[in-house]
Amino acid sequence: MLIDYLPILFVFVLAAGFALAALGATHVIGPKVKSQVKLSVYESGVDPVAATHTRLNVRYFIVGLVFIIFDIEVIFLFPWALIFRDFVARSPFIFYEMVFFLAVLLVGYVYVWRKGVFEWE
Amino acid sequence: MTSFTDSLIELLGGLAWVPENAAGIIFVTVSVLVALPVFLFMTLNAMVAVYMERKVSAFMQDRLGPMEVGIFGFKGGKRFWGGIGQTVADAVKLLGKEDTIPGEADRALFIIGPFILFGAAFATFIGIPIGYGLVISDFNIGIFFVIAISSIGVIGVILAGWASNNKWSLYGAMRSAAQMISYELPVGMSLLLVVMVVGSLQFHDIVMWQEQHRWFLFHSPFTALAFLIFFASGVAEVNRTPFDIPEAESELVAGYMTEYSGFRWSIFFLSEYANMAIIALMSAIIFLGGWLSPLGGLFRTFNLEQSWYFLEGPWWGVFWISIKAIALIFVMMWVRWTWPRLRPDQLMYVAWKVFIPFALANIFFVGIWELLLG
Repeated sequence: MLIDYLPILFVFVLAAGFALAALGATHVIGPKVKSQVKLSVYESGVDPVAATHTRLNVRYFIVGLVFIIFDIEVIFLFPWALIFRDFVARSPFIFYEMVFFLAVLLVGYVYVWRKGVFEWE
Repeated sequence: MTSFTDSLIELLGGLAWVPENAAGIIFVTVSVLVALPVFLFMTLNAMVAVYMERKVSAFMQDRLGPMEVGIFGFKGGKRFWGGIGQTVADAVKLLGKEDTIPGEADRALFIIGPFILFGAAFATFIGIPIGYGLVISDFNIGIFFVIAISSIGVIGVILAGWASNNKWSLYGAMRSAAQMISYELPVGMSLLLVVMVVGSLQFHDIVMWQEQHRWFLFHSPFTALAFLIFFASGVAEVNRTPFDIPEAESELVAGYMTEYSGFRWSIFFLSEYANMAIIALMSAIIFLGGWLSPLGGLFRTFNLEQSWYFLEGPWWGVFWISIKAIALIFVMMWVRWTWPRLRPDQLMYVAWKVFIPFALANIFFVGIWELLLG
């Protein structure tokens, strides 16, 4: 039922409300001494050097891309897994189907491996 | 199978003073009512887990504080109750800290980041049962729901790291995101095996199946392997030692949490404990028989009367699932205080070159197992 999903919204609101209330409490209880130094960026005690949002290592983005591909494969596998039990009792065809799918996936996986995507440093 | 939500709707609808055709109002009231137990459970869990972690670390590393701190002069025995005041002291200290937002931070994202992580950790609990029928909403897509909602947390981590405008935070967030998404794959693949065998995504069906057959841990060697992969990947997803690269304090200060202080920081902290509880409960439900008594199967084989079902029933179920979950949380703490952390490249190696191939092969072998023996 769709009603089952409504509590999600309220739990989000309640969690945010709790966090906000506690934050409000810290504003009441806690000290409020702001200074230029305190508000500056923490960089192990020295003045910050150079901009923060510079280019990052491309490996993070490649891992992100590979993740999306594999995650979609996993999501495709879930509906299959759900009906696996019922179908396999009648004929093992559903199993061979998935072996083929996994084989295709494996080719991509081996390719990515050989290309050195998983090599860090 | 009626969930907590369904029972409440039925109860409210049956009350005399509730007007007819007030379905909308009933729905909203029920949703508010069911949000409260989740919230209470989570707060309680955080308090107990923090105390537990303090004690475990104190025993393992001979720390003094958690063995001594009393409350209102009550110190208790040194061994067990000593340090009972530590959790309270922590909470008071965190509340009494100044709430600082760095001048150069992106204020809006800096504030939203921890809230997303916190909200996601809480919302996951709606779908997780802690006993027969003791679930807020019994989704028919149970496992899927938990995977989906719990992965929202990554967004919060990235936002927090990016908005802090701090190099430590940014690198921590990037590492954390790479780690969390990498380990999500083995988690999904390990759960897939269970879905294949049971043929349902609902947690109740999975536990029912285990009641009729056996725990998934003992079902076949492949499901046992899946449990190990699931649990290890779960620990990695929660970013705990030995997978705590994102917040490696000796190199990245505190990773994405570097610029957070006081209660804003403790929101991250609470979410970590919430996520630990989620992983422990998920492992307990899916692989360790959930709320089934470990003694149950044993006594059933003797064909005794119903009353001889030892320590079974709805409330004993809560007891058993708690014992299993707490044991798993203890294992996480044990691991944390025992092993040093991995390097980032080792982390990626474990995820992509060990867990994923094994999990993929596992799908294949479980298929064969079910084909031949199922």
